[in-house]
Amino acid sequence: MFTNTNLMEFIFGRLSWDSLAFTHEPIILVTFIAVAFGGLAVLGALTYFRLWGYLWKEWFTSVDHKKIGIMYVILSLIMLLRGFADAVMMRTQQAIAFGGNEGYLPPHHYDQVFTAHGVIMIFFFAMPIVTGVMNFVVPLQIGARDVSFPFLNNFSFWMTAAGAVIIMLSLFVGEFARTGWLAYPPLSGADYSPGVGVDYYIWGLQVAGVGTTLSGINLIATIVKMRAPGMTMMKMPIFTWTSLCTNVLIVASFPILTATLVLLTLDRYAGTNFFTNDLGGNPMMYVNLIWIWGHPEVYILILPAFGIFSEIVSTFSGKRLFGYASMVYATVVITILSYLVWLHHFFTMGSGASVNAFFGITTMIISIPTGAKMFNWLFTMYRGRIRYEVPMYWTIGFMVTFVIGGMSGVMLAVPPADFVLHNSLFLIAHFHNVIIGGVVFGLLAGVNFWFPKAFGYKLDPFWGKMSFWFWLIGFYFAFMPLYVLGLMGVTRRVNHFEDPSLQIWFVIAAFGAFLIALGIGSFVIQLVVSFFKREQLRDTTGDPWDARTLEWSTSSPPPEYNFAFTPVVHDHDSWYDMKKRGYVRPLEGFKPIHMPKNTGTGVILSALSVALAFGMIWYMWWLAALSFLGILVVSIAHTFNYKRDYYIPAETVVATEAARTKQLAEQA
Amino acid sequence: MSSHPHAPAQESAHNTHHGHSHGHEAAHGTFKSYMTGFILSVILTAIPFWLVMGDVLDSKALTAGLIMVLGVVQIVVHMIYFLHMNTKSEGGWTMLALIFTIIIVVIALSGSLWVMHHLNTNMMPLNPEMMKNMP
Amino acid sequence: MSETQAVSAEKPTFYLTEDHHPENSTMLGFWIYLMSDCLMFAVLFATYAVLGRNYAAGPSPADLFDLQLVAINTAMLLFSSITYGFAMLRMEKGDKGGTLGWLVLTLMFGLAFLGIELYEFHHLIHEGAGPQRSAFLSAFFTLVGTHGLHVTFGCIWLVTLMVQVMQHGLIEANRRRLMCLSMFWHFLDVVWIGVFSLVYLIGVLG
Repeated sequence: MFTNTNLMEFIFGRLSWDSLAFTHEPIILVTFIAVAFGGLAVLGALTYFRLWGYLWKEWFTSVDHKKIGIMYVILSLIMLLRGFADAVMMRTQQAIAFGGNEGYLPPHHYDQVFTAHGVIMIFFFAMPIVTGVMNFVVPLQIGARDVSFPFLNNFSFWMTAAGAVIIMLSLFVGEFARTGWLAYPPLSGADYSPGVGVDYYIWGLQVAGVGTTLSGINLIATIVKMRAPGMTMMKMPIFTWTSLCTNVLIVASFPILTATLVLLTLDRYAGTNFFTNDLGGNPMMYVNLIWIWGHPEVYILILPAFGIFSEIVSTFSGKRLFGYASMVYATVVITILSYLVWLHHFFTMGSGASVNAFFGITTMIISIPTGAKMFNWLFTMYRGRIRYEVPMYWTIGFMVTFVIGGMSGVMLAVPPADFVLHNSLFLIAHFHNVIIGGVVFGLLAGVNFWFPKAFGYKLDPFWGKMSFWFWLIGFYFAFMPLYVLGLMGVTRRVNHFEDPSLQIWFVIAAFGAFLIALGIGSFVIQLVVSFFKREQLRDTTGDPWDARTLEWSTSSPPPEYNFAFTPVVHDHDSWYDMKKRGYVRPLEGFKPIHMPKNTGTGVILSALSVALAFGMIWYMWWLAALSFLGILVVSIAHTFNYKRDYYIPAETVVATEAARTKQLAEQA
Repeated sequence: MSSHPHAPAQESAHNTHHGHSHGHEAAHGTFKSYMTGFILSVILTAIPFWLVMGDVLDSKALTAGLIMVLGVVQIVVHMIYFLHMNTKSEGGWTMLALIFTIIIVVIALSGSLWVMHHLNTNMMPLNPEMMKNMP
Repeated sequence: MSETQAVSAEKPTFYLTEDHHPENSTMLGFWIYLMSDCLMFAVLFATYAVLGRNYAAGPSPADLFDLQLVAINTAMLLFSSITYGFAMLRMEKGDKGGTLGWLVLTLMFGLAFLGIELYEFHHLIHEGAGPQRSAFLSAFFTLVGTHGLHVTFGCIWLVTLMVQVMQHGLIEANRRRLMCLSMFWHFLDVVWIGVFSLVYLIGVLG
């Protein structure tokens, strides 16, 4: 054994046996055992069924935007389970911890739980699922064969996954931040949070942020450069438009987060004084900077959801989208206005009446384009032949729920009202109202809508509807009580209450969380049931919903090359236009297709990034230095590979298309 | 680390069908334009340094204003002569991206200054001289 | 592609029978990356603008900055810009040797810039004016240091590209990479204009 403590410290930094959280926390021990057994079972099954090679060759190293999109969505759903487990823990704690009952989560654990919940839900559930759906759908909608930079796409995904791994590591090795999801200093500074928690937070976000920014750049370039001939900007499908605006927001806001977190990192690691209390530092500057990123971030999440609802409303109403142009302008206006409202997150900071008035007014203005969108959807449905399929359920649930959330948002935009409601449960209710009612409903609608495109069979409608109703009712049970509590002045992030009269509201909220759990459970059952019933639910047409945009013109699932021939577009509902004007599917004249090659570099770089982050978090400087060097060497070596493409031979294309012809003939 | 975003799907498209590049990569300068840019930026760098090092003007505010104006002019010179910015390259998208970025930069910079200035005035009524010497 | 798009009302074309290659996106993508980098610098500039006068009873720019050194440093960066420009002109002529020659010169100027900056930093820290001293110095070191870090990566990238040009010559892919680095390099110049104007000159002005 080592006796030299210096050597031990050099090798392990501040990591020791005590850092392994499950050695002293029974809850984490149980979780750890469950995860360890579950993990071993999965690994064992993969080995038993000899799936490693398949996964590596067909998925992990794939540069196919469809597979990367699917991997993003799978990652996000796994993280949803983790984030939701945190939510259930908070709800049960708050439902029981009254008076003499301390509940089962001590403050230092409870604080980690609510921080992890926020971070995971925003950065590792909402962001990846949004990016994943955009990745899958956008190239198909614009008639492209892949994104502009296919390798970069794979790399971006793996960086996001690396961020998720770093956050998950904190559950078992060490601790997570106890600062809330935005880690305000001075609490998150070295003086008040000396442990590894905030470092996990910083490095997890930074690593994932690299992936998010690069995938934003990638999708902008894709939408600008790779549209099918004839698809002018005003003929782009509305989801592509919202994706474009979302990615513009990503590229124009994530660097701000990165830079702000770098400053916090320097405060913690190098002893600088940006956000400290003395030597001229100013913690409020952090709050200011992080919300310049933070407000665009919420529009990053909601805009794609708006796009999804637009596609679904127009498809299931059997009508063109009402006010296409106004929808586009509203999206663009929201994109720009979202940079002018950030201060409404900290009206109470004390910038005074003039500043607060300006940001209050801009905040109210931004609700106008959003309201316009709502009317566009309503008018699209008006006199439409509405088919009540599962995606349409989610859409209608969204329209009702989101309007309520929007109105409580306008209330919060009034600075004097905000002074009362700031940091109260009213705020919590508001943003869950818009994020669950908008983003989550939107993405679940999107998953139900595009699932047949991705896998070739529809999702089971019965369990889909069960999931919808549990989510919807559960949402109202869980969050309406929080509005009430907020108005009574109950603040957020509290793990124990004295006043017993409040308890009933928390019990109702916990019941709501239980209903949402049933909703998530139904969704999982829906996936499983649909898999077993896949032959019955099979989509052989490629267009199961009688939809309107290009992705439905190809087979389900689409071939690797998406389109055997590049489509030519005449209308923003281009597939509807093709169906209406007698498009005939080409049966001959296939040519070899030029495609990018798979590469493992993304996986390697992401693994090295995890090692780098781990080294930095635990002060294992040798590990950090080595993995940084490794990242440099691997990325430079990657640029020496000039042969990154190949041709799919014409015979393969002929065979694939012939199979589809046969399938379509059987259908008819 | 991925400073070479790189599109394999299109790479040999360029090698084989050269005519496809639509001349958008031809936005290079000439010897004359590079020299013009260089001489202009030398002048535009020299003036502000001279203003400060030679203590030319009495008014500090005027000097600071001149430095900022010259800086902006020099940035424009660099954009045109070295970065070859124009409204046509990449179908106008680079210009659009630049304008959008400038708007965001202006919002972030002036907004932060405005917000933090008001905060400091409201929370700590100190004059700049006291701020400097605050521990 | 405009011919294939020509559509008569009776017989619309719904697909291209010829192979379709969209325009290359690399230059646009890289430009967008630069814009995102620009915003990162915007945050550092904003931080400097807000915290740059919080000296915490410590040294102020007028006490610390040696404008002659800054002027020399600025000159290094300007020279490296024009030499990179000449390298690009040689590249267009297809002159591999000339391109490499000018690139080497660019690298020299880049390294000289870094050397002077490191000397300046060393000097400041030695005087007790390190990044921990005050918010002003934290913001100063971070802003100027981030720019320096970018130049460092630019130099590493430059060396990589020189090797690649030596190996494969001025092929299309290498030309595109040289163009990207060219944008990166000139972009760093633009940032430096902001640094010397706002940080050094106006700082010394007081």
